[in-house]
Amino acid sequence: MHVPQYIIELTYLAATALFILSLKWMSAPTTARHGVWAGEVGMVLAIAGTLLNHGIVDYKWIAIALVLGTIIGVPLGMVQMTAVPQRTALSHAFGALCVTLVGTSEFYLRGAEVSRFTMSVLCMEVILGSLTFTGSLMAAGKLQEVLPQRPITFKGQNILNLSVLAVAIGLAAYVVTHPGHTHVFPFIVGIPLLFGVLMIIPIGGADMPTVISLLNSYAGLSAAAMGFVLDSKLLIVAGALDGASGFILSLNMSKAMNRSFTNVLFGAFGQEQATGTEAQETRNVRSATAEEAAAILSAASKVVIVPGYGLAVAQAQHKVRELYDALTKRGVDVKFGIHPVAGRMPGHMNVLLAEADIPYDKLLDLDEINGDLPQTDVALVIGANDVTNPAARSDPSSPIYGMPILDVDKARTVMVIKRGMSPGFAGIDNPLYYLDQTLMLFGDAKAFVGAIVRELSGAAQD
Amino acid sequence: MKLDLMTDLYVFMLAAFIGFEVIRRISPLLHTPLMSLTNALDAIAVVGAILLVGAHKSTLSTVLGTIAIVAATSNVVGGFLITDRMLKMFKSSRPQKP
Repeated sequence: MHVPQYIIELTYLAATALFILSLKWMSAPTTARHGVWAGEVGMVLAIAGTLLNHGIVDYKWIAIALVLGTIIGVPLGMVQMTAVPQRTALSHAFGALCVTLVGTSEFYLRGAEVSRFTMSVLCMEVILGSLTFTGSLMAAGKLQEVLPQRPITFKGQNILNLSVLAVAIGLAAYVVTHPGHTHVFPFIVGIPLLFGVLMIIPIGGADMPTVISLLNSYAGLSAAAMGFVLDSKLLIVAGALDGASGFILSLNMSKAMNRSFTNVLFGAFGQEQATGTEAQETRNVRSATAEEAAAILSAASKVVIVPGYGLAVAQAQHKVRELYDALTKRGVDVKFGIHPVAGRMPGHMNVLLAEADIPYDKLLDLDEINGDLPQTDVALVIGANDVTNPAARSDPSSPIYGMPILDVDKARTVMVIKRGMSPGFAGIDNPLYYLDQTLMLFGDAKAFVGAIVRELSGAAQD
Repeated sequence: MKLDLMTDLYVFMLAAFIGFEVIRRISPLLHTPLMSLTNALDAIAVVGAILLVGAHKSTLSTVLGTIAIVAATSNVVGGFLITDRMLKMFKSSRPQKP
C-alpha cells in the first residue's frame, strides 16, 4: 500500500493541533478530560500516519515493541495516587531514554553527513536525554524510598558536578568541529549519565517538586532537539509544549519556596539550623484533647484546613473527608488551603484530596485562601509545618524568610495536629506553635482526626 | 536544508510561546495531571523511533530503536491512563447536570 507523504504530514498537522487543544482544555476541571481525549486521538493519528510511511520495510520489531510498551504502560498507569510522584519521575526517565537511544542511532547512521548545526543539536539531545534519564531514575528512587531521601553533600561537590558536565559539553564541541571522530561519542552519552546521578545526590525530599518539574522541562527540551534532528515539526511542538510546561512549574515551585533554581540544584537545604534552638525550651505551648478540638470546631462558622505532606504519609485523607462531612453537616463552611509545595510534586495534595472525594472547589490556592484567613474562626494544620511558619514574614534571619506562607496565624484559633515538637524538614523552629491562639493537638494525624470525628458524631446523637 | 532549519526554529519559538500562554492559565489544582499529560504527549517521540526501526538500516539502530519504542509506548499508555484516572476524581460540590 502506498500512501502519499502529504497524507502522513496531514495526520501530523492534526495531531499538533490536537495536542495544543489538549493542553488548552486542561485549564479547567470541567473540560480537562476532553483534553485527555484530544491528546489520545492526536497520538493515535500520528502513530497510524507513521506506520503508513513507505520508508518502513519491517513491521515485526515495531509490533513487538508496541505490545511490550503497552504491557509495561498499563500497570504504570494504575499506581496508587500517593505513588504518582515516583511514577512521574520514572516516566521522565523513559521519555529521556527513548530520545537518547534514537539520538545515538542517528549519530551512527548519519553522523558523518549532517551539518554542524544538526550535530550540535544532536549532541544537546543526547546530553539532555541521558542526564535526564539517570537523574529521573535517582529522583524516582528517592521518592520510592529505595534510596536515602536526605541530601548527601560533600566538599567540592558543585565544582565536581559542573566539571563533569563541562567535560561532556567540551567533547560535544569537539565532535561538532571534528566530524570524523566518532570514538568520542560514547563519552558524550556516558558522562551525562554520571552527571544525572551526581546532580540528584544532594537533593532532599522537600525539594523534589522543583526537581521533578525541572527534569520534566529537560525531557521536553531533549524531545524538541530530537525534532530538529529528524526535521519533525510535530516533535518540535510537543517537546516545546512539554519544555514550557516543566519550566513554568519549576518557576512556580521555586517562587513558592523563595529560592532560585541554582539554589535548589546547588545548595542543599538545612545547614543553617543549629543556631537559635536554645531559647524556646522555656516557651509554653497549649495543647488540647480531641474533645476540646471538636467543641471548638463545631462552634466555628468558617474553618480552613491546611494539609501538608505529613497528611499523605499518615494516609489521613479519608479521615479528613469524614471530618469535612461532619462539619459541613453542621453548617460549618470548610475550605482547604493548599501551598504550592505541599506534597512531593506540583499539585500532588490536590490529587490526594480529590481522591478522598473532597470537592475541588473547596481546594484553594495560597493567594485565594490568604484573603480568607483573617475572617476564619479555626485554621486546622495537619502535617504541614514550614509553609505555615510566620517567621518567613517577620524574621529576616530565618532561612525561609521571604517564602510565601499560608497566614494561618491570622485566624482566630489555630490548631496544629503534630506528633511532637520536632521541627520540619528545614530544621527551623515554628513560632506559630507558641502563639496565644494556637492549640497543639499531639498525636498521629489519622488517629487524631478520627477521634475528632467520633466526638463530633457522638455530640450529634445527644 | 538551511531553510528547513529556519522553519523549524520558527515552529519551536511559536510552540514555546503558545505553551507558555496556554499552560500559565492552568490552575495549580491540576498541575499533577498536567505533568502526566505533557509526559504522555512528549512520548510522541515514539514516531521517530518507529521510523528508525522500520527502516532497518543497522542492527544497532533496530535494537536501540526497539527499546526506545517500548519506553515511549509505556509513557503514552501509562500517561494517558493515569491522567484520566486522576481527572475522574475531581468532583465539584455544586450539583451537576446528569
